Amino acid sequence: MAESNGDLLYESGTEYVSHHLGFLTFGKLDGHWGFAHSAEEAAAMGFWAINVDTMLISFMLALGFMGFYYFISRKMTSDVPGLAQNMVEMIVEFVIESVDGAFHAKNKFIAPLALTVFSWVFLMNAMDLVPVDWIPLSAQLIAGDSHLYFKAVPTTDINITLGFATTVFLMVIYYSLKVKGPMGFANDFLMHPFPKWYLAPLNLLLELPGFFAKPVSLALRLYGNMFAGEVIFLVIALLGWYQLPLHFAWAVFHILVITLQAYLFMMLTIVYLNQAHAVDH
Amino acid sequence: MNLNATVLGQSIAFLLFAYFCMKVVWPPIVAALEERKKKIADGLEAASRAKLDLAAAQEKAGEEREIAKQEASEIVEQAKRRANQIVDEAKEQARAEGQRLISAAEAEVEQQANRAKEALRAQVASIAIAGAEKILQKSIDEAANEELLKSLASDL
Repeated sequence: MAESNGDLLYESGTEYVSHHLGFLTFGKLDGHWGFAHSAEEAAAMGFWAINVDTMLISFMLALGFMGFYYFISRKMTSDVPGLAQNMVEMIVEFVIESVDGAFHAKNKFIAPLALTVFSWVFLMNAMDLVPVDWIPLSAQLIAGDSHLYFKAVPTTDINITLGFATTVFLMVIYYSLKVKGPMGFANDFLMHPFPKWYLAPLNLLLELPGFFAKPVSLALRLYGNMFAGEVIFLVIALLGWYQLPLHFAWAVFHILVITLQAYLFMMLTIVYLNQAHAVDH
Repeated sequence: MNLNATVLGQSIAFLLFAYFCMKVVWPPIVAALEERKKKIADGLEAASRAKLDLAAAQEKAGEEREIAKQEASEIVEQAKRRANQIVDEAKEQARAEGQRLISAAEAEVEQQANRAKEALRAQVASIAIAGAEKILQKSIDEAANEELLKSLASDL
C-alpha cells in the first residue's frame, strides 16, 4: 500500500507511519479556529481541541450499533427469533452472564452499561481490521486534501479510551458514595488492608495509588494494545507484496485481540463497579 | 498522545449511549428473553404433566376395563341362573297342570261311574219291582210299599 501512494505523499516509511498515527484535530491556534496540519500544531492547541476523526468514527459506530439494537428491540418476539434478533440475543445473554458472574449487587444500569461498553469497544477495535489506508484515503478524497490526517481506529486514541475509563471511574466514586456513604467510602481507604486505626496512614498509602491506578490502567491497557496492533499493521503495509500473507496472519491474530480487549474492558468495568457496591469485605 | 477535549466528548457520549441503552433498548430485549424462558419452562412442564396424565388415564382405563369385564361376566352368570330358574318354573308348572288335569279327569270318571251306578240302581229297583209284581201277579199298593222299595234300592 505504501508503494501506491508513497511516491507522492510519503518520502519515507517513517513518515508514512507517523502520518497514519496523526489525528485530525480541530482547535484554536494563534487565535484562529481550524484543523491542525501537524502533530506539533495539534499539541499546541492545548486541551480545548477535538480529535474530529476518532470522535466521528466513534459516534458513527455508536449510532450504528445502538440503532441496530434499537431496531431489533422494537420488534423483539418471544417466539422463534430471526437471524438478527438471535445475534442480539446472543450478545445480550453473554453480557448478562458476565454481569451475573461478577456483579453481586442490584443495579439496573450495570448490564446495559456493560453491553454498551462491550459493543462499542469491540466495534472501535474492529476498525483495526479495515486495511490501514482505506479510511484515511477516503477521507482525503472527500476533503480534497492529500495531506489530511485521519485516524480510523478510535481506540488507538488515548482520549477515547480515557473517556471510557474516566466515566467508569466517576461512576465508581458515585456508586461508592451512594452505597457506602462518605464514611464507608473513606473507611475502604483507611481500614484496609489492615483494620487498625493506627495503621490508617499506611492503609491510605497502599489503597490510594491502587484506586487511582484503576482508570489509568483501564485506559492504557486498551490504548496500548490497539496502538501496538495498529503500528504493526502500518509496518506490515510498508512491505509491498509481502504484506499480503503477513497482513492476513496479523489480522487473524488481531480478531482475537480486539475481542479479548473488548471483553476485558467490559469485565473490568463490571468488577470495578462491583467493588463500588460491595459493602462487606 | 496529547490529551484534549475528546475525552470529555467521549465521556458524555458514553453516558448518553449507556443511558439510552438502559432506558430504551434493554427492557424489550430482556422482556422477550424472559418471556421465551417462561414459555419454554411452561412447555416442558406441560409436557411432563401430559405424560403423567396419560399414564394415569391408561391406568384408569385398565381398571375400568377390568370392572366392565367383571360386570359382564356377572350379568352373564345372572342371566344363566335366571334362565335355569325359568326353565325349572315352567317344568314345575307343567307338571302341576298335568297333575291337575289328571285329577280332574279322574274325578269326572268317578262322577260318571257314580251316576251310572245310580241309574243302574234305579233301573234295578224298577226291574225288581216289575219282577215282583209279575211274581206276585197282583198289584201292590205302591205307596204302601214305598218304604220297603227304598230300603231295597239302597241295599243294592
